[in-house]
Amino acid sequence: MPNLLEYTPSGWYCPIGDFFIDPHAPVERAVVTHGHTDHACPGSRHYLAAASSVLVLKERLGPDADIEALPFGQSMTMNGVNVSLHPAGHVLGSAQVRIEYRGEVWVVSGDYKTVAEPSCEPFEPVRCHVFVTESTFALPVYRWQPQSEIMAEIHAWWRANQDQGRTSVLFAYALGKTQRLLAALDPEAGPICVHGAARVFLPAYEAAGVRFPPIHSAEAAEVRRFAGRALVLAPYSSFRTPWFHALGPTSTASASGWMQIRGHRRRQGVDRGFVLSDHADWEGLLSAIRATGAERIGVTHGHTEVLCRWLREQGTDCWQASLVRRWSEDVG
Amino acid sequence: MKLFCRLYHELDSTTRTTDKVRALERYFRAAPPADAAWAISFLIGRRLPRGVTTTQLRQYAAEFANLPTWIVEECYEAVGDLAETLALLLPEPSESESIPLHVLIEERLLPLPRLGDEERRKILETTWRQLSGPERFLWHKLLTGGFRVGAGRTLTARALAAVAGVDPAVMSDRLMGPWQPTPTDYQRLLRGDAVEGDVGKPYPFLLAYPVEGPLETLGEIQDWQIEWKWDGIRAQIVNRGSKVLIWSRGEELISDQFPEVGQAALALSNSVVLDGEILIWGQHGPRPFSDLQKRLNRKRVTARDVRDYPAVFVAYDLLELDSQDRREEPLKRRRQLLEQLLSGWQVSGVLRLSPILELHQWSDVAVHHTLARECGAEGLMLKHRGSPYGVGRIKGVWWKWKVDPYYVDAVLINAQAGHGRRAGLYTDYTFAVWHEGRLIPIAKAYSGLTDDEIREVDAFIKENTVERFGPVRAVRPELVFELAFEGIQRSARHKSGIALRFPRMNRWRRDKRPEEADHLDRLRALLPPETDSR
Ligand SMILES: [Zn+2]
Ligand SMILES: [Zn+2]
Repeated sequence: MPNLLEYTPSGWYCPIGDFFIDPHAPVERAVVTHGHTDHACPGSRHYLAAASSVLVLKERLGPDADIEALPFGQSMTMNGVNVSLHPAGHVLGSAQVRIEYRGEVWVVSGDYKTVAEPSCEPFEPVRCHVFVTESTFALPVYRWQPQSEIMAEIHAWWRANQDQGRTSVLFAYALGKTQRLLAALDPEAGPICVHGAARVFLPAYEAAGVRFPPIHSAEAAEVRRFAGRALVLAPYSSFRTPWFHALGPTSTASASGWMQIRGHRRRQGVDRGFVLSDHADWEGLLSAIRATGAERIGVTHGHTEVLCRWLREQGTDCWQASLVRRWSEDVG
Repeated sequence: MKLFCRLYHELDSTTRTTDKVRALERYFRAAPPADAAWAISFLIGRRLPRGVTTTQLRQYAAEFANLPTWIVEECYEAVGDLAETLALLLPEPSESESIPLHVLIEERLLPLPRLGDEERRKILETTWRQLSGPERFLWHKLLTGGFRVGAGRTLTARALAAVAGVDPAVMSDRLMGPWQPTPTDYQRLLRGDAVEGDVGKPYPFLLAYPVEGPLETLGEIQDWQIEWKWDGIRAQIVNRGSKVLIWSRGEELISDQFPEVGQAALALSNSVVLDGEILIWGQHGPRPFSDLQKRLNRKRVTARDVRDYPAVFVAYDLLELDSQDRREEPLKRRRQLLEQLLSGWQVSGVLRLSPILELHQWSDVAVHHTLARECGAEGLMLKHRGSPYGVGRIKGVWWKWKVDPYYVDAVLINAQAGHGRRAGLYTDYTFAVWHEGRLIPIAKAYSGLTDDEIREVDAFIKENTVERFGPVRAVRPELVFELAFEGIQRSARHKSGIALRFPRMNRWRRDKRPEEADHLDRLRALLPPETDSR
């Protein structure tokens, strides 16, 4: 019997079920874990995804994409292979893919975070024989503080900027991070403006029952109306564009796991870095791996070598599942 | 330590000068004098002897964090800074002790070099248990002598001046020289009492701005004293008694490196301070800067060095005479006094006057500018005759007009290994300058360094890689080099919007910190006027 999954140039492929998981190229059948561009590649014939991610995926894959919605925890069969999706806690609708064939269970994690927060379904450990895990932040230097502490820092920064009459511009990935921040921001603290790149995803979140504070557009004129008081959420790519320069005096910050490292923050050229990641930290990865009870671990997407070596030294059977690392803005 | 840590954090999270000064002021108003004294010492760039090797620090930290060394190395590779890596790896502190900065330095750091390994390890472990992550980062920086912060002398002086209620220039003066990081000397700095050893202290240097725009905008030419711009070491000779001290611009004592200059200056009248340039002078004028570097790098200067690389001091200003600070007097008057002082001296002597170029039209200045190289100078200086000798960089007082080629001080950001003779060494570099708070690449250049320097830079690159893209390493932006280039054009292909013609490495600016590298705007100002291109 062939392996349930193998890594091909187009991505993870299940030869028995004849489908791909997060393929990097158009294929016949794709199971998509979530809407980030390094996972959701347009052009495939049929998609299968978690029900709560469909609206998000339509933004990414096009309104005409053929996306079949599968609610979390329900299963379906593809050529005799049983497929089900389970929350990965990364962004709204992000899924781990569980596949089962003749009693053997594999789980592909996609991107995940183990800490629960209100903007997406909390991560759910799934028992399996083989677990394919991401490893974006697989180094012991990555250790996240609780979200409440980071949010307190963000609010303090926002207040300090208001005292100095500066508009706060917080750079965050348009899908996931922005909505997570929005759901945790205190609307009493001042007006909140959201860049169009992130606004397109709000209806999907609202449809899933995520509650947001009142939001203003981030058109320069609108932001200037609240000059010195507003907090603007925008993707990093908008930094130093004409739009940015039209905002008046600002203080800038980024919210991402990479902000743990001073050098990353300095290279971004922002005033502040807030360490807030939609991925698991080192301990999060290790505990998630343990919770699966898996006998074999495939490591992909990040510091594969480090995590593999560490697991092996702990006596876990392990292989580096992919060496391809496609950078995109969201890997933070 | 908590206060100092907050200060560091505040300085680190802004590029705005006013914010930095405000943070410094807040710190000095709140910190106990014993801590503040050390803080100043670190802020203005004084270093302590290393208490522990980085190898030992790494090993102890790995064992304390219960991690294998290979993963510590992997982390270091990803973080690019040892102090930071270890701070992030260590377990959360188990005691919430607040240790004052001076205790940390005086009772823990300073004794380290004298201790045995086990005792040293014990001190480190105790401290790790007590410090939070950000505090540990600073502690490691201090331990390894790598503390740097984008504030420096000028801003520190400004903040202290505000606290003491004096003029920033006065505070800059007080910060020069040999005060000790003790509460007593800190109070003296604030009050302005003399500090022991002050007698040999230099004045803060007045620095020039590069000329902007056409010379005619400077007004009447007779208001300007025009001299060659020398390519040497800026220095002050301080003679206030039987001893002569020579200070470099970086406030380092260089008397021992140039004994013949000190010897000559002994013959000056008591109590005089001269500003000028040290050069190695050959038969045909000044010799290349690299010759000067040879003298500077000698630990002990021999008679032979003096013969082979004869140094001279070209004096261009007089700051003190007969125990009187003359800096408030106009340049015209200071120059008169300087000429009187040196009137009996040989023009070819070790101490000599920087000649004034008697030019009566701006167009003559431009002609002389083109001759500067031939005369062994790197350009012209234009100094306003009515101006006092201020502190630091003041616009409109001293202008420097360097000759072509153009120069730019740029920061090394990427490196790639060379080929052939230089295989395995990182010798192909990418350089960047500042633009809106970040570094923008402007040029690639092969190493123009000596073999020793190449090895040194190579080691730095390997130690300070923050990211790899195939064969290219992104390095911590720390080293500053002077690039020379022949011309500049607009370029849509480059992020910087400019392309340099024949960029090459001129020299390593060890005296410059990355924040002091040039800004893109300065390069853009060199662009020829935009024409309608087809
Ligand atoms: Zn993702
Ligand atoms: Zn991803």
